[in-house]
Amino acid sequence: MNARTAIIVAAVLALACFPLFGGKFGVDFVTKTMVLAILALSLELLVGQVGLVCFGQAAFFGIGAYAVVLLTPKAAAAPVAWLLPAAVGAAALYALVVGALSIRTRGVYFIMVTLAFSQMAYYVAHDTPLGGGTDGIYLNFVPSAGPIDLARAMPVYYLTLAALVAVFVFLAVVMRSRFGRALAGIRVNEQRMRAAGFSTYPYKLAAFVLSGAIAGLAGFLFAVKDGFVNPELMGWHISGTVLMMVILGGIGHLHGAVLGAFAFTLLQEFFKSNAVFGDFSKHWALGVGLSIILVVALLPRGLAGRRG
Amino acid sequence: MADVLLRGAGITRRWGGVVAVNGVSIELARGEVHALIGTNGAGKTTLVNVLSGEVAASAGSVELRGADVTRWPQPRRARAGLGRTYQRNTIFPQFTVLENCRLAAQARFPAPWRWWEDASRCLACMEAARAAILRAGLTGVADRPAGLLSHGEKRQLEVAVCLATSPQVLLFDEPLAGMGAEETERMLQVLAGLRANHAILLVEHDMDAVFRVADRISVLVDGSMIASGSPAEVRANADVQNAYLGHA
Amino acid sequence: MDLATFAVQCLNALQYGLLLFLIASGLTLIFGVMGVINLAHGSFYMIGAYMAYALAPALGGTAGLGFIATLLVGLVLAVALGYALEWAFFSFLYEREHLQQVLMTYGLILVFEELRSLTLGDDVHGVAVPAWLSGSIALGGLMSYPVYRLFISGVCVALALAMYAVISRTRLGMAIRAGSSNREMVASLGIDVKQLFRMMFAAGVALATLAGMLAAPVSSVYPGMGNQVLIICFVVVVIGGLGSVRGALAAALLVGAVDTFGKVFFPQAAGVLVYVLMAVVLLWRPEGLFKAT
Repeated sequence: MNARTAIIVAAVLALACFPLFGGKFGVDFVTKTMVLAILALSLELLVGQVGLVCFGQAAFFGIGAYAVVLLTPKAAAAPVAWLLPAAVGAAALYALVVGALSIRTRGVYFIMVTLAFSQMAYYVAHDTPLGGGTDGIYLNFVPSAGPIDLARAMPVYYLTLAALVAVFVFLAVVMRSRFGRALAGIRVNEQRMRAAGFSTYPYKLAAFVLSGAIAGLAGFLFAVKDGFVNPELMGWHISGTVLMMVILGGIGHLHGAVLGAFAFTLLQEFFKSNAVFGDFSKHWALGVGLSIILVVALLPRGLAGRRG
Repeated sequence: MADVLLRGAGITRRWGGVVAVNGVSIELARGEVHALIGTNGAGKTTLVNVLSGEVAASAGSVELRGADVTRWPQPRRARAGLGRTYQRNTIFPQFTVLENCRLAAQARFPAPWRWWEDASRCLACMEAARAAILRAGLTGVADRPAGLLSHGEKRQLEVAVCLATSPQVLLFDEPLAGMGAEETERMLQVLAGLRANHAILLVEHDMDAVFRVADRISVLVDGSMIASGSPAEVRANADVQNAYLGHA
Repeated sequence: MDLATFAVQCLNALQYGLLLFLIASGLTLIFGVMGVINLAHGSFYMIGAYMAYALAPALGGTAGLGFIATLLVGLVLAVALGYALEWAFFSFLYEREHLQQVLMTYGLILVFEELRSLTLGDDVHGVAVPAWLSGSIALGGLMSYPVYRLFISGVCVALALAMYAVISRTRLGMAIRAGSSNREMVASLGIDVKQLFRMMFAAGVALATLAGMLAAPVSSVYPGMGNQVLIICFVVVVIGGLGSVRGALAAALLVGAVDTFGKVFFPQAAGVLVYVLMAVVLLWRPEGLFKAT
């Protein structure tokens, strides 16, 4: 077991033990951060591994979350066994449509088009009766998961941790498979891959759908945890934030995405804290904005350093 | 009877008002090195791009092993046995030499659904990669990151990556670019070794090398083919002498 | 729908489209010439609107010349802001990857939003239409159309013509058309590339800011207006083709029409129609309708 694996295992163990002394607020905070880490991993797949800069990840996240709320019956809880695949499937379906249209575009177009399509999802949630409008919708019943009570914070925490570990391991394995190596080749030199005989469009589309599905999973967990969804989950601030997390942690490393998620949420909490900034803390976005500019300007490789 | 593997007939390519390639016909037969020479901007690379499928022809047709591939996109042609190298290096600098070739070879054994299986477990890919490395003369540096190779070795890797997909038709676009005498010698030996089983198109500026290794030579000037034949015929051709070779 | 109502909607579509063109042209030019994608472009629109609100009382309200004074002062401030921003911030972005540009300008949006929040607050404001532009013109028997909206359209058309003249008739225009891919050519025309970029950027800022000032009396002044218009501008630029001013005009008018008539015929789906339009265009032409200028 090399040093990096040892650190990752230690981090997982630390997260597993955290609830013992974290307190209610701490557990809630870390659960939310882990959900964002899963979302960041989904984006790292696209940005770091394939080289597709997507600015619309929030749409898939939001669709996963809304699916939980909209598919739960009014009178009873829905079993996790079909609600989870349904939420992930809904997000993946939208990713299929958006991807099919966006991947035909290149470079900056791709960034703008993914942003536009996620805004489209936002408007559907915001303006149509489907989305419940600006006020959002409450989850009637937390999904039923057999003996596990998802209405309580601890089970949700460990479910999220398990999902994070599963997604991380899954992506690590996939990246070493033929599919993953092909994606890496496409990132470095797509033309060369085509010259060798790879039809690159299906590969990119598959990665896009997979990324959307994982983002949907993060959305599912978010809805279960919070019990409430609103259109802002699909807003581009989420897309920008998660992109920032991937950069901050360091593109090209899966652990960078997780690291970035934790670092960014802590940074945001810092600027929001009354203790440090008093009244000015309501303008925390200023600090965050300046930090984003500084980090990208000075640390383009992020905290995790050069691509491995 | 020559075994013609690639046939381009009446190929024309226009960019806006400019005619880059004008009604060019060319045949590549197995066991033959067919050199394509011409001045800069004569349309050689454009012709290669049309033959390989990167660029669509404005007119004309391309036939690969008897099949009409004029409308086929490049990956499909590559899978059907058409390989090419580029004027500038298109290797993957961060991967090792072996991984460069293995990845290219993978195009023939994609199996993308086997997400749990490490790519290096694809034995067919590894075998094809090692064979390509051998033919390109890079066995000693198989584990070196491609970015650390010398210029000559990088051009050899460019050839190896092309060979890794086991193509039958090879389109080499200036493989000798930027090479010194020793490296050129090595590359020419590699080419000679490939002749027997492949149909090779060699776009080159190095006239000594061309006349040494070519079985046929075609000359392209301003997009049109002004001569085509054996090296002796081409050398003696008055049009070629005027337009290109100077008074030889 | 009777003729008069149809005429009103057409004029609305035209005015909205022209205003979008004003903003989008800056965005597409900045990308076409300097290769920078600027997410904060919408913020300039917002800044323009808030400037109209903040400057009006100081410059004699919107009566008579006060409005013109507001526009002029606003323009001067916008150009100054553009120059300063280009020098202090954007000139560092030219060589960077798109991903970094996207993130840094995203950070800039947050900074602008908070600075506005600190200086001018978060309230929604109205700006009065200047008295001499506040009438209506009769259309047919029953309907009339606000003069001010015609004024907006008029200003936009004038600017579009001016842009056309500069781009196609002047040396500066040649430099613009050479674009970011041809710096040597630009330099060989005797134009200082650095100054060109600074000026272009300031022009782009000025256009967006002017659009905000013009729109303020019509659309009111509120915090999220910059972000909203930015995304629509992205749609315009994607449909029109990045770097093409002609494309931006065609796409802006198209978007204006789809959005305006969409709201009339499909009020539920109104916000979504523009994106459907974009999807349709992408299916047909992934690079947009026009090539770069």
